[in-house]
Amino acid sequence: MLLPIKWLSKYVDIDVTSKELADGLTYSGSHVESINRLDKGIEKVVVGRIDKLEKHPHADKLLVCEVNVGKELLTIVTGATNLKEGDYVPVALIGAKLPIGLDIGETNFRGVDSQGMLCSLRELGYGDNVIPKEVRDGIFVFDKEYPLGEDASYFLDLDEDVIEFEITPNRPDCLSIFGMARETAATFKKTLKHPEIKVKNEVDDIFEYTNGIQVETPNCYRYYSRVIKDVKIAPSPMWLQTTLMNAGVRPINNVVDVTNYVMLEFGEPLHAFDLDMLNGRKIIVRQAYDNEKLTTLDGIERILSTDDIIIADDQMPIGIAGIMGGLHSEITPETKTVLLEGANFSSKHVRLTSKKFALRTEASTRFEKGIDPYLCNVAVERVCQLIEEIGAGTVVKGIIDVNQITGEDKIISLRPERSKKLLGVDISIDEMIQSLSNLGFQSKFENDVILSKVPSFRADVEVEADLIEEVGRLYGFHNIKSMPLVGGLTRGERPYNKQVELKVKNILQGLGYNEVMTYSFISPKAYDKLNLKEDAVERKYIRLINPLGEDYSTMRTTLMSNMLELLSRNEKKGVEEVLAYEIGYTFMPKSLPVTELPDEKQVLSVGFYGNKDFYFMKESLEVVLARLGIKNIEYIREENNPSFHPGRTAILMVDGIRIGVFGEVHPDVCENYNIKGKIYLAHMDFDNIVKLTNIEVKYKPLPKYPAITRDIALVVDENVMVGELEKIIKDNGNGLVERIILFDIYRGNQVEENKKSVAFSIVYRSYEGTLTDDVVNNIQNAIIKEMESQFMAKLRS
Amino acid sequence: MKERLESLREKALKEIQNIVNLSELEDLRVKFLGKKGEITSILRDMGKLSAEMRPVVGQMANDVRADIEDKISEAKEILGNKAKEAKLTKETIDITVKTENLRRGHRHPLLATAEELEDLFISMGFSVVTGPEVETVENNFDALNSPDNHPSRDLSDTFYINDELLLRTHTSPVQIRAMKELGAPLRIVSAGRTFRFDDVDDTHSPMFHQLEGLVVDENISMANLIHTLDIFIKELFGEDMKTRYRPHHFPFTEPSAEVDVTCIKCRGEGCPVCNFTGWSMELLGCGMVHPKVLENCGIDSEKYTGFAFGMGIDRITMVKYGINDIRLLFENDNRFLDQF
Repeated sequence: MLLPIKWLSKYVDIDVTSKELADGLTYSGSHVESINRLDKGIEKVVVGRIDKLEKHPHADKLLVCEVNVGKELLTIVTGATNLKEGDYVPVALIGAKLPIGLDIGETNFRGVDSQGMLCSLRELGYGDNVIPKEVRDGIFVFDKEYPLGEDASYFLDLDEDVIEFEITPNRPDCLSIFGMARETAATFKKTLKHPEIKVKNEVDDIFEYTNGIQVETPNCYRYYSRVIKDVKIAPSPMWLQTTLMNAGVRPINNVVDVTNYVMLEFGEPLHAFDLDMLNGRKIIVRQAYDNEKLTTLDGIERILSTDDIIIADDQMPIGIAGIMGGLHSEITPETKTVLLEGANFSSKHVRLTSKKFALRTEASTRFEKGIDPYLCNVAVERVCQLIEEIGAGTVVKGIIDVNQITGEDKIISLRPERSKKLLGVDISIDEMIQSLSNLGFQSKFENDVILSKVPSFRADVEVEADLIEEVGRLYGFHNIKSMPLVGGLTRGERPYNKQVELKVKNILQGLGYNEVMTYSFISPKAYDKLNLKEDAVERKYIRLINPLGEDYSTMRTTLMSNMLELLSRNEKKGVEEVLAYEIGYTFMPKSLPVTELPDEKQVLSVGFYGNKDFYFMKESLEVVLARLGIKNIEYIREENNPSFHPGRTAILMVDGIRIGVFGEVHPDVCENYNIKGKIYLAHMDFDNIVKLTNIEVKYKPLPKYPAITRDIALVVDENVMVGELEKIIKDNGNGLVERIILFDIYRGNQVEENKKSVAFSIVYRSYEGTLTDDVVNNIQNAIIKEMESQFMAKLRS
Repeated sequence: MKERLESLREKALKEIQNIVNLSELEDLRVKFLGKKGEITSILRDMGKLSAEMRPVVGQMANDVRADIEDKISEAKEILGNKAKEAKLTKETIDITVKTENLRRGHRHPLLATAEELEDLFISMGFSVVTGPEVETVENNFDALNSPDNHPSRDLSDTFYINDELLLRTHTSPVQIRAMKELGAPLRIVSAGRTFRFDDVDDTHSPMFHQLEGLVVDENISMANLIHTLDIFIKELFGEDMKTRYRPHHFPFTEPSAEVDVTCIKCRGEGCPVCNFTGWSMELLGCGMVHPKVLENCGIDSEKYTGFAFGMGIDRITMVKYGINDIRLLFENDNRFLDQF
């Protein structure tokens, strides 16, 4: 929303600087985005008159002008083609500066010295979006005589500031100069000046020109209409054009400009139809029929449906209600009779239709937020007045006002003590009433409450708290003295799983892992790339109905794909080694199609590549679990997980609960992710880890008696796992095995083929007394015997 | 014999002086003092001496032995020290050699920031709660007083799973869950992932993060809200930070405000980052919980009032570390992560 200060000051006295105005309005709730000085960058541009115009002696496409700038006559060369002698134009003198970054000096054009430059609107800093089409390429020519040599930007109304606001969707009333004037008046405690609206001369009768307005849909709350005859379509007077341009709207012709002016002034979008083009000289407001067609003003054919509200004549659609008119009944230079529409439509319908056609206009952005239905008449009357004033036509007597407005006056009571409770500040009853009245709420104090009548332009105000906000924002939130929270002391803490999460993150950070963060939605291709089986539970994923694209269309049931993708990206970029982990959620539907919230399961995903192996992963997980007090870890060989290497993958179990899988990623999967090196991944069920976590530590007395260490070396088949041998040692140790240290695995000349020698140091210790050789020997013998019988192990001597 | 002992002493002491290492010294000890050494062989001839002479010579032999022993142990200590020094000198290493056996892992800057924000509020007595990323339309919109036709509900703004389920567009549904489950009084924060239908560019991401806070109690006012957030901002960015509370609009709070904070880059001087305003805009949204929202959660809005606030963690992280492209937060480039 652009607010030119000169326009604003027609309705409220402004006696502060633009900066002060912007700050004041910011504090009362209108968010200022920028303050723009329109003549910024313009220096030494004056009004000049072209006294003589001649062809350049040496260049066909150039003209040499004699320009009168008051005190002197200048010779200026131009390439423009739209000039004639006697035209008043903006002249950039030698030494002038233009906002497009030009510094004007004396220039020689093919033997003729040019003592300045004639300016187009673009050169004066106007945006292409507001420059009228017909003057886009030429020098700007003033509409009449102005004092020669005087500052041109003054007569172009460029000597002002325009404040740009971001208006929140609940305040459509602020999408107008008058609405902002009301805010300004309330903020600065000034009087709001209503413009006097009166048509002087009315002739004939409206029903001589039209066969009436028929409203056939409940979604048009009001349709207010008048007719203008003897219309003379022409460019608007300059004040109207510059006013529109300064507010960001391009001048088109006098009738359209007036409707745009009034829309900006009051916030009521208006439309002007060429009445002579209407079949049956009639307006029908209805829902469209399915597949009905209309070519809108922008030249695009729209296929309508019954959800769209349209304006029609008695044969066909002539406009999409509240969005854009039709090309057929557009105002053209030949238009003689105009029917003016000031209407009010269902904001929901306008919004949906605008959305459907991806067609957002000044009208639709206002209607979709909801507009005061009592503006229709004010705005249309204002248009009539201005058309009369600028001599663009004659107003026809009579109005047609189809009014289906329902609803009653809304009166809300405001308890002063409630306001104090909510804002934490004591504002006097008088001040509250004053603030509310200034904002258009008729208010009075009665039976200990303030009774406020909500004006029709403030549909956003519904309850007492809304009134308190109005009072509070005019008081100024920045004026509220801050006060500490009182009440009982509370202890802040994290939920248990978050506490565990932080411990895990700390450990992994210490081990050199970087924390990563990836999207919760992934491509459905991921499940194929992971080589998951057809019946894998991960394939029962939830789809978004409106994803940003296929790549973001499923809620992830695994974190492995995200991890592989980021490792792949890093490898491609030449990063030598990456150690990464993510703690995130998977989304497991309770049923498909989804009918209720899915189970969001927390997962710890670990992955790396580089100079690390399976055992680094295994040890990393062991360190993490040890930190959480999780013992009794069991590893089960996993040969059937198609994402992983069949010989280098383990399932991790604790007390019979599966807490995850880890290992080397299957080379096929690596290939799917364009990964060249080896990748190790772990996918851990974090919910189960949290369940098993036992962070409480109990001290155990230090040993008083010495340990005995014995080494044994055994030759076993290649497929016997160290873990299995260790289990035998533990199971047969009578609780006296303190540590088992694997110190050698040997394959080679000394042992048979497909066999290996495994050597352990076993540390025995008792907490009861000093161990004797006999006791230890017996245990060692039992261990060896068990190994012989279970794995045909042979003691290596 | 006396002469023999005397010359032996001299010979031994002389030889000791010439010894350069410990093993030669040991050889020397054996040669003179050992069981088959020279003193022993002299003493073996004691029997030939007269009874008067024997104690005299015996005494002298002991003196000679003691002398030699002293000198040997003296030499031993000197040689030992020399050997130790030589060993240490030999063990000198190049202390500038760089190894990379250990590496420090790094927290993700955004998640670390989220944790830091939580910690600040925990220290103020707030408890951390969590909520699901997939939410109901009811919790995400309806219960938060969002109008039925509000554009944020559109398919072009919100990711839907079906008519009733969506990806939460803000952390505010956690307010609803907390109020319904825990009732009043309440003092909570919740940080997490949020989702909006935004194409990826340098300031937008379809997934982003928010931190939500909620206090419900008797007599909670806007003045308390301002006090709480001011403390928080100063703790986070520094004591010299100023705040600006601008009236704004959110469906679930009334009154509502947006909070601008002194530009973190220029500390209020005005710079390109803050568009020369001196303010970092829209860092937080906040307000007094709308009475309808309290009632929707079964809390008596006459007895209790409350305030709520929310902020974009991505934005705060970017401001804090001077990150200019939000995509860096989600790309997980190791060279980026290694910087934090």
